[in-house]
Amino acid sequence: MTILERVLAGEILVADGAMGTMLMERGLPAGAPPESINRDRPDLLEEIARLYREAGADMVQTNTFGASPLKLALFGLENETETINRAAVRAARLGAVGAYVAGSCGPTGRLLEPYGDTDPGLVAEGFRRQIAALAAEGVDMIIVETMTDVHEACLAVRAAKEIAPDLPVAATMTFDPTPKGYFTIMGVSVPEAAGKLAEAGAEIVGSNCGNGTEKMIAIARDFRAATRLPLLFQANAGIPESSSGALVYPETPGFFGRQAEGLFDAGASIVGGCCGSTPAHIAALRRTADARRRNA
Amino acid sequence: MEILEKIAEHLEQGDAERVLDLTRRALSEKLPPKTVLDDGLIAGMQVVGEKFKLHEIFLPDVLLAAKAMYAGMDVLKPHLEAGESSGLGKVVIGSVQGDLHDIGKNLVAIMLKGAGFEVIDLGHDVSPERFAETAEKEGASVVGMSALLTTTMANMKKTVDLLKSKGLGGRVAVIVGGAPVSEEFAREIGATAYAFDASSAVDRVKSLVRAGGAG
Repeated sequence: MTILERVLAGEILVADGAMGTMLMERGLPAGAPPESINRDRPDLLEEIARLYREAGADMVQTNTFGASPLKLALFGLENETETINRAAVRAARLGAVGAYVAGSCGPTGRLLEPYGDTDPGLVAEGFRRQIAALAAEGVDMIIVETMTDVHEACLAVRAAKEIAPDLPVAATMTFDPTPKGYFTIMGVSVPEAAGKLAEAGAEIVGSNCGNGTEKMIAIARDFRAATRLPLLFQANAGIPESSSGALVYPETPGFFGRQAEGLFDAGASIVGGCCGSTPAHIAALRRTADARRRNA
Repeated sequence: MEILEKIAEHLEQGDAERVLDLTRRALSEKLPPKTVLDDGLIAGMQVVGEKFKLHEIFLPDVLLAAKAMYAGMDVLKPHLEAGESSGLGKVVIGSVQGDLHDIGKNLVAIMLKGAGFEVIDLGHDVSPERFAETAEKEGASVVGMSALLTTTMANMKKTVDLLKSKGLGGRVAVIVGGAPVSEEFAREIGATAYAFDASSAVDRVKSLVRAGGAG
């Protein structure tokens, strides 16, 4: 069964947690492109995927958040788009045996015309190239994530549907609280995100990053009110606090796991973690999901 | 003065073409260039900044308004006297070494320009040496640094220390910001100020410049 068929059948699933911090713990130098590791140290990616799988993740994401050629060009790596994307899929597959592998597509970091200087055609072309590589290596789905500009998110979703029409596509955006509700910094509301992403072809929508679990539950409720599509949420383990020089994410695994109740209650089908979450957080999510399953 | 209000209004709407035309017209009507800058372009950007702060408008609106402001500035620049074009003071700004995130930093640069500062934007992945050398060479009164990663924040302290070792500690104020940065962190590394967002960055820079350097 595809991941989409399972969530449409009413199953609740667990996704993986943060990647960046896990890589840094393993010696990725600050400022190095996290994607160069795909080519140089796929064994680390495999290990991280295994840890999340062992913690109970049903789905793991590839380390390709910044692996669109436009973003890779910042490091002069655009010619390695295929190598970098394909290596990430292989590593995730080897590490997370039996889990769905989701090909991650993050923002290009460019601002689209007319308010920015980048031709949307160029962005679309970049996503097509990245997604073609992910699909060729056999991902189970595409996840377009951490988007703030719904136009850019839709370019990625459409690229996925063009290149790999059979792969389910999830799309998540990052919202901030404002006095008038949740909006992305680009001014996209939850209903607008849900509507436009669905129209572009996304089959699963939701939000990741930017917020801890409490605000994410509020965002989940807004999504549920706006759409009937299956929902996916990946909150941060809170907002980092400075603790004697070091940065600490305040939400403990136990708290994070309990908060997942609120996300599932709000209608989430898939819950995972974003910045600051660890395999322990994902294990706590797993316990919450299993308890709900038993009581269902 | 009606034309100045129109400049401000069209700038708020992000209509670069109208702002360009109106700025030219204001000059041909012999309005002092400095007045056109202050009461037209900067006045318009001020409203944009306020509305952004209140979440009445979002980043695309600010970016379009900034494009309109730059269109007007390009017309005005040749007509401004040397002192007038650097306005309230010079600010050197950039994302710190190792950090490639620059949307937040760009927003701060836009808001500072919009408030009448001359902004020297060094882009992203800026080394402590480049921050310090540029501040020295340009006679900047403020250095603004942004970091989005907990791992690159440490480079902020290197810049602060380097400015001090160059003897610029008293003359150049340092303001820091970015998602993982806090007031407490700013104090710990010896920065002069911290700003939570772009609007508060402008307020803090204004007060730093009024106070005359790092204090």
